[in-house]
Amino acid sequence: MTIKKTFWQKYEAWIWAAVFVLIYIWAFSGIPVTGIQAVAGEVTKSILNGLFHPDFSYVYTGDGEDLVSLLLQTLAIAFAGTLASAIFSIPFAFWAARTKKGGLHVTSSTGKLFLTIVRTFPEIVMAIMFIKAVGPGPFAGVLAVSFHSIGMLGKLFAEAVEEIDRRPAEAIIAAGGTQFDVLVHATIPAVIPEFISLTLYRFEIAVRSASILGLVGAGGIGAPLIFAIGTRWWPRVAIILLGIIVMVTVIDFLSGYLRKKLV
Amino acid sequence: MNTIPKKSFVQKWHVKAIIWTVIILALFIASCVMTGVDVGAFLTGFNQFMQIFYEMLKPDWSYVPFTIQPIIQTIQMALIGTLIGSIVAVPFSVLAARNIVTNTLVRGVIRFILNLVRTLPDLMLAAIFVAVVGIGPMAGVLTLAIFSFGMISKLFYEAIETIDMGPIEALTAAGATKTQVVWFAVLPQVYNHFLSYFLYTFEINVRASTILGYLGAGGIGELLQRSLGQFRYDRTAIVVIGTFIVVVVVDTLSNQLRERLQ
Repeated sequence: MTIKKTFWQKYEAWIWAAVFVLIYIWAFSGIPVTGIQAVAGEVTKSILNGLFHPDFSYVYTGDGEDLVSLLLQTLAIAFAGTLASAIFSIPFAFWAARTKKGGLHVTSSTGKLFLTIVRTFPEIVMAIMFIKAVGPGPFAGVLAVSFHSIGMLGKLFAEAVEEIDRRPAEAIIAAGGTQFDVLVHATIPAVIPEFISLTLYRFEIAVRSASILGLVGAGGIGAPLIFAIGTRWWPRVAIILLGIIVMVTVIDFLSGYLRKKLV
Repeated sequence: MNTIPKKSFVQKWHVKAIIWTVIILALFIASCVMTGVDVGAFLTGFNQFMQIFYEMLKPDWSYVPFTIQPIIQTIQMALIGTLIGSIVAVPFSVLAARNIVTNTLVRGVIRFILNLVRTLPDLMLAAIFVAVVGIGPMAGVLTLAIFSFGMISKLFYEAIETIDMGPIEALTAAGATKTQVVWFAVLPQVYNHFLSYFLYTFEINVRASTILGYLGAGGIGELLQRSLGQFRYDRTAIVVIGTFIVVVVVDTLSNQLRERLQ
């Protein structure tokens, strides 16, 4: 005797497939394919031509507006922003961490909601707001990176705090320690390696975002890139892209190596 | 016997930790100097910042109807970008998986290409594609396709590397070709992982696609750019709120589906 399948078991995969296809028919209907320029082929050809002949003279000119100086500035924006945000994230993490079981978590929930809002607030908008406050330049980029990173680092730090082993804390309380002793001797030593690892990870992301913040005038390599794209100066675009690729690869490698050593 | 273990000088005085702290502080100070960090300017300019923020607290609700169409377009862009990216990612991820392709050279070249793709930030791709195909959602779709291709192929090949090799050996022993092995032994095992990663990438693409329009690549970002350019921060607030709602709804739906897949 064979077991009879219900209608749902029999056709579930097909129903999902149909839903999937319908969603995609809807999606494709909304994107005009005719939007491709007639000159797209020509532009692509000149881009490729430019990419194979990068403008090496831009690498170092010594006037502070060359590739190397601006890449260093990009790294500086990411580094200062990430480090500042790591420090500011710590109180937010303790606010958002849910360390007690059961019941309502008003504190933790409001903290998490706040961090979600910060995280979803577009970094570009934040950069523009800071440009209004301190003027265009790398400092606005540092502020944007550090405020935006709090949203993500605060959340990751909070999760790290939630996941620590609570037994050392209980032992300290049992031995007559105060809450402050718990913080200093149990919580902080347990979370520090995790915090450093997450900060390094966030630094990798910050390097990428710092390299595009210049698109709105917040310093770094983004400004000359958007200028080169705007003026169709493809050899220049190529050398900047190469520079960014090398910088991001090196940073990812270094940060990955340090993170592996930490755990 | 019962003596306390002796700490070396380096351990006792936390030499390593101190050296690292000094290095990091030095780098931090150097970064601050290089980027012209000026706390005073920040404090005096903070009123300006707060003023924009106050304007944002009074959103222009009449602007909501204008955001619906761009939001829909954003979701459509994210859907198509994710689909194209993941379809292209499948062959690449098979070629990059250690347990399928034993040729180190092929695997190395493929992984190198994937790493290159992943280094490029989404907005930078958008700037280039707007220059190539012109202003419009097409540029956004291409950006998201490349962006998700880089991310999803890495997730895919890592999933393939964890599969059970038994079925593959069985099929190879029965004389199946490489394509047949991939089709009948590899893909069925990773199918659920793939769907889960597909949804995850879709979530990230929705987030990314909300700002691509800032450079003219379609979607809600265009309104972001327009309202900021006109100093209509009350409208910017509506765009930000709309983005927030879309991201939260998509994340929740996608999380539900991913939990069902497991």
